[in-house]
Amino acid sequence: MIRFILIQNRAGKTRLAKWYMQFDDDEKQKLIEEVHAVVTVRDAKHTNFVEVWDSLSLSFRNFKIIYRRYAGLYFCICVDVTDNNLAYLEAIHNFVEVLNEYFHNVCELDLVFNFYKVYTVVDEMFLAGEIRETSQTKVLKQLLMLQSLE
Amino acid sequence: RNAFQLCQIQLYKLKCVSINLGNGVLVCGGDKTLDGYSKKKYVCKLLFIFLLGHDIDFGHMEAVNLLSSNKYTEKQIGYLFISVLVNCNSDLIRLINNAIRNDLASRNPTFMNLALHCIANVGSREMAEAFASEIPRILVAGDTVDSVKQSAALCLLRLNKTSPDLLPMGEWTMRVVHLLNDQHLGVVTAATSLITTLAQKSPDDFKTSLSLAMTRLSRIVTSASIDLQDYTYYFVAAPWLSVKLLRLLQCYPPPEDASLRSRLTECLETILSKAQEPSKSKKVQHSNAKNAVLFEAISLIIHHDSEPTLLVRACNQLGQFLQHRETNLRYLALESMCTLASSEFSHEAVKTHIETVINALKTERDVSVRQRAVDLLYAMCDRSNAKQIVTEMLSYLETADYAIREEIVLKVAILAEKYAVDYTWYVDTILNLIRIAGDYVSEEVWYRVIQIVINRDDVQGYAAKTVFEALQAPACHENLVKVGGYILGEFGNLIAGDPRSSPLVQFNLLHSKFHLCSVPTRALLLSAYIKFINLFPEVKGTIQDVLRSDSQLRNADVELQQRAVEYLRLSYIASTDILATVLEEMPPFPERESSILAKLKKKKGSSKLPDLDDSRRNVNGSAEHTDDTETSPSLSEDLFPTDRPHPPSSFPSILFARWAAGVTNNIIFPVFFRFVCKSNGVIYENQLLQIGLKSEYRQNLGEINALSREAQTSLSPATWASFSEGIQRHSLAKRHRS
Repeated sequence: MIRFILIQNRAGKTRLAKWYMQFDDDEKQKLIEEVHAVVTVRDAKHTNFVEVWDSLSLSFRNFKIIYRRYAGLYFCICVDVTDNNLAYLEAIHNFVEVLNEYFHNVCELDLVFNFYKVYTVVDEMFLAGEIRETSQTKVLKQLLMLQSLE
Repeated sequence: RNAFQLCQIQLYKLKCVSINLGNGVLVCGGDKTLDGYSKKKYVCKLLFIFLLGHDIDFGHMEAVNLLSSNKYTEKQIGYLFISVLVNCNSDLIRLINNAIRNDLASRNPTFMNLALHCIANVGSREMAEAFASEIPRILVAGDTVDSVKQSAALCLLRLNKTSPDLLPMGEWTMRVVHLLNDQHLGVVTAATSLITTLAQKSPDDFKTSLSLAMTRLSRIVTSASIDLQDYTYYFVAAPWLSVKLLRLLQCYPPPEDASLRSRLTECLETILSKAQEPSKSKKVQHSNAKNAVLFEAISLIIHHDSEPTLLVRACNQLGQFLQHRETNLRYLALESMCTLASSEFSHEAVKTHIETVINALKTERDVSVRQRAVDLLYAMCDRSNAKQIVTEMLSYLETADYAIREEIVLKVAILAEKYAVDYTWYVDTILNLIRIAGDYVSEEVWYRVIQIVINRDDVQGYAAKTVFEALQAPACHENLVKVGGYILGEFGNLIAGDPRSSPLVQFNLLHSKFHLCSVPTRALLLSAYIKFINLFPEVKGTIQDVLRSDSQLRNADVELQQRAVEYLRLSYIASTDILATVLEEMPPFPERESSILAKLKKKKGSSKLPDLDDSRRNVNGSAEHTDDTETSPSLSEDLFPTDRPHPPSSFPSILFARWAAGVTNNIIFPVFFRFVCKSNGVIYENQLLQIGLKSEYRQNLGEINALSREAQTSLSPATWASFSEGIQRHSLAKRHRS
């Protein structure tokens, strides 16, 4: 399952944080910092998957981060170690394509000023830690309908 | 920008925030009721401020009020606020649940979805209690709209995770399974996730989903690309749903029904074949989506582990990926092949790729990919390639990341032991491990090499010689000193004949490292020295000089001091026979499971009692039980709980009688000397009475029990009128010490 979804910029500012498990505020902060630290040092020669090393127990944690960078933003999905890496990698891309279509060439500021709309997009495509809807056509149709209710 | 300007910006930001917050307070606390639009605006601003990282402790009531609005936008903000800023106030919870209940009953799909999403996002116990019965009903009702079904299914999944006891699926099971046939693939996706989670807890209840899932999967896999328009992603048909269906199938063993099994095999073969076809698109999204399904299919094939052809085909496919230009695919192939390696059907096929994997170990630039290569080498290792693999892993170890060194050390140690035909190779390998990565060679590893050397006569001489040579290196790791000290202490005699490794040379070599070592190592070396005294009388004097030195006898560490003192004394008073008995060669260790394997599995870094210590206790522990085996289990256990097995209690109830008054300490005093070496015995005896002492010592704790009993020679036991005992502490001990 998905444990959380993060969108962060290179400086570490969080543009979206969606949690699918119970975490304290401190834990959330720690995780955000950890993800940022781990993901920003990687480049093209690395994979898009990171297994997190826990220096306390000297083993890998039981979750992993699937991420991709789009311009100045890192889209990260944290999943169980047994989950399908490529499926979630493309789930990220699917999500980004929807955002792109919905906000007409989305940029970071769109996500900042329309944060409440971003949550709506997220909830259309992901829910309860699982993928909810994958058809871009259906999602966009629904979003436009909701927009018309404004 | 300089620091001053940055501060100004921060101050300005804070001002903005506080103005906004101030506005919020003014407005929310005011008498005027806000209209929905303004309320929505302010709640939204509060949320925004919260998301920036500032604490918000008001606005909840307003947000809850928004829930009862008829406008979607106002409701949406209300729900968003309470989902993000979860509040545990019970009044608010009651109001929120009421609002949710209303929205669920509204028959408005948009409102129903908002409510369901809120439940799925918050998933609190109160919500579960309130809506556990409602949601399954919505899910399977005939008039529920598709999008609401999707949300209801996943909402149920969330509640099942947090409050499973409140959701007995029972009557809903069949209807939920039936959702797999829905024509809306989004519903099927959500339902598959739900069923997979539920099936993990109660597989039998959801067995019927297997054939439905398989049918669905077959249809998707064999569909033409125009069939599933909405769900085709870069020319791949419903990739995420396919992955989910394959995941559901992994909750179960291979189907018993033959036709079902053959259908599944056919389906998997189709997936494997498609991977070989020329791509419909050059885009990475296409290949990722296609390969996502492929890897999940391979995962299922491995899980079933029943069709050799499929396993071999999977292995070949992965073999191709090992050399793909994309790092992601190489990584995943290495990871997947690791599990394939343990299947008897595909083990040989995996081995054929050994050169590619070794090459990956040397050339991959992402450390996690290299790590997978190590894992795969370990998994594919058997007698035929053990030497090659261990060599490669050792050479990789020289440059490996510190974080993973310990794991590699453990793996090499396990492989070397498991596949050693010639134990000299095993000894060489372990010594190499210590040389290359000494810091990461845990106790279990070097304990093990010593156990093996002790148990195998044929390698003892070689071990002594090799360790001796290795110690010549100017800077050798402390673990090598430990191993060397122990082995030379036991088997140094095997190489003492050669003048280059004469006893004196051996001693000087070990002692040259002494001052560089930590206390535990020095303690081990001291033991080696006393063993040398036994083995090589000609160096006795030299070693005694060393033991006699102040730095040993007055060493700040108690253990070292004690050893030096006792060993020195032993070397003086023990005859050669006794010395030889005390310092006899270690007997073989009993065969037991390697603790290294257990450590590798746990890899939690906590210490375990190594096998060596257990054996040592068994060998030497019996020496502590002298002539008196009468121990009362209850007494010892209360004070000194020990896992040493107690001899069966044959403690005769010894009742001593009180000695006559007037007996002074002077009579008893010389008897005390007896109890310096003996724990138990009679301390006083006359015609009427016997008094015995029973004592036990453990580190800095001691317990003495005085017991009194009627003398055996007493003629008439019944003459005792009264009896009382007492123990008086005396300053005698203090006097004696000075």
